Amino acid sequence: MTADRPGTAGAPVQGAPAGRKRPGPSSGSPLGGQIIKILLLGLFTALGVWAVLPLYLAGVWWGIVLVVAVVALVYWVYLSKRTVPAKYLVPGVLFLMAFQIFPVLYTMSTSLTNMSDGHRGTKEQAIASIEAYSVVRDADSREFTLTVAVNGEPETGELVFLLTDSEGNAYAGTEEGLTDLVGAQVDESGKVTDTLGYTVLSPTQVNARSDELQRFAVPTDDGAGIRSSGLSSAFEGSAVRVYDQTCDCVEDTETGIVYHADDERGAFYDEDDRRLPQGWQVGVGLDNFLRFLFNPTFASSFFGTLVWNIAFAASVTFLVFVVGLAVALTLHVPKMRGKVVYRILVVLPYAMSSLAMYLLWRDMFNADFGLFNRMLGLQVDWLGDVWAARIAVILANVWLGYPYMFLVATGALQAIPRELGQAAQLDGAGPWQAFRHVTLPLLMVAMTPILISTFAFNFNNFNAVWLITRGGPFGSEGTTAGGATDLLITYTYRLAFSEATAQYGYAAALSVMIFLIVSVMSVVSLSRTKALQEVER
Amino acid sequence: MRSRSASAIAGIAAIALMATACGSDGDGDGGAEGSAEGTLVIWSDPERADAIQSAAAEFAEANGIEVDVQNVSFDDIQGDVVNAHQAGNAPDIFIGAHDWTGNLMRNGTVQPVELPTDREAALDETALEAMTLEGQLLGVPYTQENIFLMRNTEMAPDAPETFEELVEIGTDLKDEGEAGEVLAMAVGQEGDPYRMNALMTSAGGYLFGQDENGDWDPEDLGIGSDETIEAMEKIAEYGEEGEGVLRRSIDLENEASLFFDGEAPFFIAGPWNIGDANASDIDYEISAIPGFEGMEPASPYIGYQGFFVTEGSANSALAEEFVVNYVTDSDFIQSLYEADPRTPVQTEALEAVSAEDPNIAVMAETGENGMPMPNIPEMGETWEPLGVAQAQVIGGADPREAMETAHETVAERIGR
Repeated sequence: MTADRPGTAGAPVQGAPAGRKRPGPSSGSPLGGQIIKILLLGLFTALGVWAVLPLYLAGVWWGIVLVVAVVALVYWVYLSKRTVPAKYLVPGVLFLMAFQIFPVLYTMSTSLTNMSDGHRGTKEQAIASIEAYSVVRDADSREFTLTVAVNGEPETGELVFLLTDSEGNAYAGTEEGLTDLVGAQVDESGKVTDTLGYTVLSPTQVNARSDELQRFAVPTDDGAGIRSSGLSSAFEGSAVRVYDQTCDCVEDTETGIVYHADDERGAFYDEDDRRLPQGWQVGVGLDNFLRFLFNPTFASSFFGTLVWNIAFAASVTFLVFVVGLAVALTLHVPKMRGKVVYRILVVLPYAMSSLAMYLLWRDMFNADFGLFNRMLGLQVDWLGDVWAARIAVILANVWLGYPYMFLVATGALQAIPRELGQAAQLDGAGPWQAFRHVTLPLLMVAMTPILISTFAFNFNNFNAVWLITRGGPFGSEGTTAGGATDLLITYTYRLAFSEATAQYGYAAALSVMIFLIVSVMSVVSLSRTKALQEVER
Repeated sequence: MRSRSASAIAGIAAIALMATACGSDGDGDGGAEGSAEGTLVIWSDPERADAIQSAAAEFAEANGIEVDVQNVSFDDIQGDVVNAHQAGNAPDIFIGAHDWTGNLMRNGTVQPVELPTDREAALDETALEAMTLEGQLLGVPYTQENIFLMRNTEMAPDAPETFEELVEIGTDLKDEGEAGEVLAMAVGQEGDPYRMNALMTSAGGYLFGQDENGDWDPEDLGIGSDETIEAMEKIAEYGEEGEGVLRRSIDLENEASLFFDGEAPFFIAGPWNIGDANASDIDYEISAIPGFEGMEPASPYIGYQGFFVTEGSANSALAEEFVVNYVTDSDFIQSLYEADPRTPVQTEALEAVSAEDPNIAVMAETGENGMPMPNIPEMGETWEPLGVAQAQVIGGADPREAMETAHETVAERIGR
C-alpha cells in the first residue's frame, strides 16, 4: 500500500534468506552444537524481552502473553528431544505468520472499518480532541504573566499559578479558584521571583509536569478557566463545546447547536447532517467493498485495468526474457574477445538505482525536450498518448529488467555442455534447430521459475508506472476511471490516498480484492503447471 | 538422562546470556525517534534543520533541556506526524504548512496555541488567520511564500502588465530566434493547480467559495462552476491547441533550466528559485504574475509555514514556550532566515531582512493580490483531480467536460 517498493525493475526481489535458527548438529560435535544453541536461544529471548517492554508500558497484556507463549514454544521445541520435525518447521512457520499471515489478516480487518483521516482513534480521543479544540477567549478575556509554582515539593506538590496582570495585581490560582497574592516579589517582566508559602518551579521542573499542566485550569466565573500557554503566559478562556454523556452528544454553547454521536458513521452530526471534524474509528461491515462494486465508473474501468495489468506483466516478462537470452547467447560465443567488458556493460543498468532510472526515463520521454523525440526527430506525445505511454512504460522496464535475465541465462547456459549442441549439429541440425530443440528445453528448466517470479513481480510493479506516468494519461472520465497505464496497485493507491489524506479502510478493501484476484490467478496457473508436468512424464 | 540435563543447562545459560545482553543494552539511549521527557524533539526539513538546531541552542540552555532536530523531508512531515502521533512516538514540535491544519485538526494531532497580545500583534494578521481553523490557532507562522514572475532583463527589460503583453513579448523573442520558449510555467502531465491558480483566478475561476466570515466553504465547490469553466476556456487559448505557451511538456524538472539556460524570458518561480537565480549568470528581476487584460488580477496562492506543537507531547510546557516565545522572536527568525531565506511574517524581522535584501520586499509585494491557500481538510482531495483536468484542458480537451468530471470526482471524495 505504500509507494516504497524496494527492488529492481523487471526482476524479482531476491529476498535475503531469513536467518534461521537451526538446531546444532546433534552428532559430530555436541559441545559446539550446544554452544550455538545457547547463543541463539539467548538472542531469541533477548528479542522477546525487547518486544515485551514497550508492550508492558502500553499495557497490552494479550501481546505480552503472545510473546511469552512464542518464546516458551521455541524453548520447548529446541530443548526437547521429541520434537525433531518441529525444529525444522518452527522458524519458517513463525516467519510466515509474522510477515505473511498477520499482515493479510490485519488488512482484512481494516477493510471492514472506516479508518481514514478524521477516523483514526477511539471515540474518547475524539471527544477529548473536540473539547480541547473548543477553548476560546472571550472578548474581555484576561491575560496574565504566569509563574508556575507548587504548594510543597516540586515533584509532588499541588500546582499553583502565580499570575500578574498588566496593572501589577498579583494573584494565586489553584484548582479552587483565584485569590489575591500578597507579598510577592515581581520582576520587571511580571514574573514572580519569590513568594511566601509557594515554591517557584524551574523550567525543567515545570516541563516534568507537562501532562498535569495540560489539564490544569484555574476556575473563574461561568465555567471559564485560566489556562497556561508556555511557561510565562496564561489566559482566561472557556470550552465552547462540551460532551454530555446522558445524551451522548456535544453541545456548542455558543451557537446552541447539538451534535449527536452517530456510532455507525463514527462522528458527531447535527440535525442538518453537518459533522464535527474529529471522528473515530468504527466498523462499517462491507461498505468499503460495496462502495466500489456499485460504482458504475469503477465497474467498467476495472476490467480494462486488469487486462492491461496482465498484458503489461506478460509483455515485460517476455521481452526481458528474449532480450536477456539473446545477449547471453551472443556473449556465449567462445571465440568472442573482451567478453568481460561487455558483460560488465550489460549488467550496468541492473546496478543503478531503479528509482532514479525511472525518473530519468520519464524525462527522456518528454514530448518537447526529451531525448527520444529530439534525437529521432519524432513528434510522439510519449506520456500523453494512450499507446505511446504504454510502450514507454514497457520499454523502460525492459531496459531495467533484461540484465537480470541475462545474468541468469548466462549462468544456465554455462551449465549446459557445449557438446550437446555440437552433437546435434553433427546429426545435421542447423544452429537454430540445435538451439530450439536442445539448448532451449534444457535452459527452460532453470528459467521457468525465474520467469514466473518476474511475472509476479511486474504484476505489482508500482514504481515502474507511478514514477513514469503516474498511471496516466487519463481519459475523459477523469481519475476515477483509471489511466491508460494504471496497474491495479497504482489505481488503488490513487483512489485511496490523495496527497496527504489517507483512507486506510477503503485502501484495505481494494487490497483484499487484488489479493483475491492474484490468488485465483496463482492457483489456476499452478494447477496448470502441474498438469503440464504430468503430460511431460 | 544426560541429554535432558544438558538441555536444562542450555536453557539456563541462554537466559543468563539474555540477561547480560539486556544489561549492556540499558546503557544505550532509548532510540532517536519520538519525544521523551527531557529532550525536545523537533522535526524539520533538512534545509532548515541545522539552523533550527543552532538557533534553539540558547533556548535549550536557558531551560535546561536538550533540543534534538531530526530531518524529515518536508513533503513527508504531515503524513509521518499524523501516523506517529497515533502510534505515540510523535515529535514535540514540527515545522509545517498552513494548508495542513485541516487534516491536523480532524486527526487531533496538534495542540492549539494561545499567543499573548504583544506577540500576536507583531505577526502578520493574514498569516495568523491562515493558521486558524474554527477559532483555534493551530500553529505559529514564521514565514510566507508565493509564486511570482521572474524575467530575464536582457530579453525583457520591462515587467509585463498583462498576460497578453507577456505572451506578445515572448512570442516576438521566439520569432526572432532569441528564445526557444515564451514562458517557463510548470504544467506537467498531472497538471499543477498550485501554479495555475494565479491564472485561473485572474480569469474568474475559483476552487472553494467563502462564507460571510471569509471562511472557506466546502459546500461551494467551484471546479465545475460556469465561472471556472469559462476561465479554463480562456487559459486553453494559450494551451497546446492555441498559442502553445502553456504545455504539458514543461514540468517541475525542466522549468528552471529553461529559464536559467536563457531559453525562456519568463519564469513562474518561487522563493526557492532565488538561490539558483543568484548563482546563475542570468540578470533577473521579479514582479507579480500579470493577470489577463480587463479581468481580475492574478491571485497566486500564499503558503505560510510555521511551527506546531504535537498533542500529548511529553514536553508540552517547553514545546509551547518555544513556539509562543521563540518562534515569534525577531532574532530567532532572522537566524533562520540566514540559513533559508524566506519572507518572515513577523514585522520586525521582515523590516530587518528587507533592509538587507531588496528581493524580500519585492517578493512581499508580488503576494499582495495573493490568497492564502485554503486550509480546510477538503483541500487535500482537490489537487489531483483538478490538476489532471487542467492538464487535459491545456492538452486540448474540452474544458467543460474535463472540469465537470473533476468536480464530480472531488465532490464524491469530500462527500458532498
